[in-house]
Amino acid sequence: MAHPLRGKTAIVGMATAGVGEAPGFSAMELLAQASMAALDDCGLKLSDIDAVFAATSSHAFPSMSVVEYLGLRPKFFDSTNVGGSSFEMHLLQASLALQAGLCDVALICYGSNQRTAGGRLVSMSEPQWHETPYRPRHPITAYALATSRHMHQYGTTREQLADVAVAAREWANLNPQAFARGPLTREDVLSTRMVSDPLTAGDCCLVTDGAAACIMVRADRVADFPTRPAYFLGAAGANWHRSIVAMPDLTVTAASDSGPRAFDMAGLTHADVDLVMLYDAFTINTVLFLEDLGFCPKGEGGRFVQGGRIAPGGDLAVNTNGGGLSCVHPGMYGMFLIAEAVTQIRGDAGDRQLDRCDIALLHGNGGTLSSQVTAFLGSEAAL
Amino acid sequence: MTDDKAVEGGPQARFEAFLAQGRFMIQRSRSTGEHVFWPRVAAPSGAMDLEWVPASGDGVVYAITVNRSRQGAYNVALVDLAEGPRMMTTLPAVETVPIGTPVRARIETVGETTRVVFDPVATDDAPARKEGA
Repeated sequence: MAHPLRGKTAIVGMATAGVGEAPGFSAMELLAQASMAALDDCGLKLSDIDAVFAATSSHAFPSMSVVEYLGLRPKFFDSTNVGGSSFEMHLLQASLALQAGLCDVALICYGSNQRTAGGRLVSMSEPQWHETPYRPRHPITAYALATSRHMHQYGTTREQLADVAVAAREWANLNPQAFARGPLTREDVLSTRMVSDPLTAGDCCLVTDGAAACIMVRADRVADFPTRPAYFLGAAGANWHRSIVAMPDLTVTAASDSGPRAFDMAGLTHADVDLVMLYDAFTINTVLFLEDLGFCPKGEGGRFVQGGRIAPGGDLAVNTNGGGLSCVHPGMYGMFLIAEAVTQIRGDAGDRQLDRCDIALLHGNGGTLSSQVTAFLGSEAAL
Repeated sequence: MTDDKAVEGGPQARFEAFLAQGRFMIQRSRSTGEHVFWPRVAAPSGAMDLEWVPASGDGVVYAITVNRSRQGAYNVALVDLAEGPRMMTTLPAVETVPIGTPVRARIETVGETTRVVFDPVATDDAPARKEGA
């Protein structure tokens, strides 16, 4: 029997703003631009919004700040902050609230100006006292530690990690909105500066500006809107640690728990998936999540990504916008996983459009491989 | 059980006070025998009967990275303690070591910071590098 939330809500409005560089604009200004454009996309007004879901890198109380800035009076709101995976969790929370009749029109939104505001990854994440004496430079220290362990246990190579970055760039080269475009070879990636062994600058995501927002309603209303709906098919989260030191096995993320439950909820198998959107803050993420979500056996992720398998024309379409590595990464990237999935499901992805995109898997990652949230969106054909 | 009454406060404060005395102490549950690090009020099993015991200081490198910047390079490592728990630390005497290298703890004070650090231990197939090498 289908899960009671499957196909019962849908994204009908979606927009991005300031992707790349938006000099002179604040994070909230970009977030508001994206939110207004998402409303315009589906023909709704600000006064129609009665639920707000927000997380940012710069607001202690994001939903309050959004409410005030846009002049909203929501009856449901949620500022759950589980890092970059927040927005995949918001999809689940919004679906629950909509389906329970607690609200009718949900805004999910994010905005950041961290490239032009300073060019460094902004984080409100507090230091962990038992780590502080060792001066970890999170997030990269944590991801480099995980990479070192994956290489040690499974023989994963820097060349294989570079192939993840090259595949992302090849997709970005098909996306006019992507920030980093142009030729990129494995050798180019390998020759970038070593930042935190074994990760080089070429293994790290971009630091960009950018905002994205979507509007979600109950599925029985989709006929009222001009856009092609992206239905919510399921989502599940898993969280086992906060600090990298408390991650039980640095080669196995909690995606190995969230993934199977999300597949179950959506009633889907791997063969059904047309698009895989993985939170690629670092090249190792793509490898870990392909394994943990069951697209290849544990330890095989490095070999799986070789030979252009996840690049345009490959066997599995992964991160077709160019990902956090080459498209956009304004601190918390999870909202952009949703944006690309909606774009592909609508058939609006231009040169990078997949022949068929009825089922998209979105996997959000937050903290230091900490919070893992897997979600599915689909076209009408997926119902 | 040790003379842990010498220091007052919660687990973090007591760990730090022990460290200031030059002692690397970790917690152990009287009922389950499990060791706990970093210090907290309950073990992962739920046991709350935690006492302080001296760490053996023996460990093995589980993962390691070298942070590189214009200001220089230093490693950050995760070490699995012989008692079981894992901790973040550094090996100040070396640039890096292979994962699996046996290490031994010592307490180091640099400026205001007192911390537990580790040195590689010489084995038959892996002689430890000299300090400062």
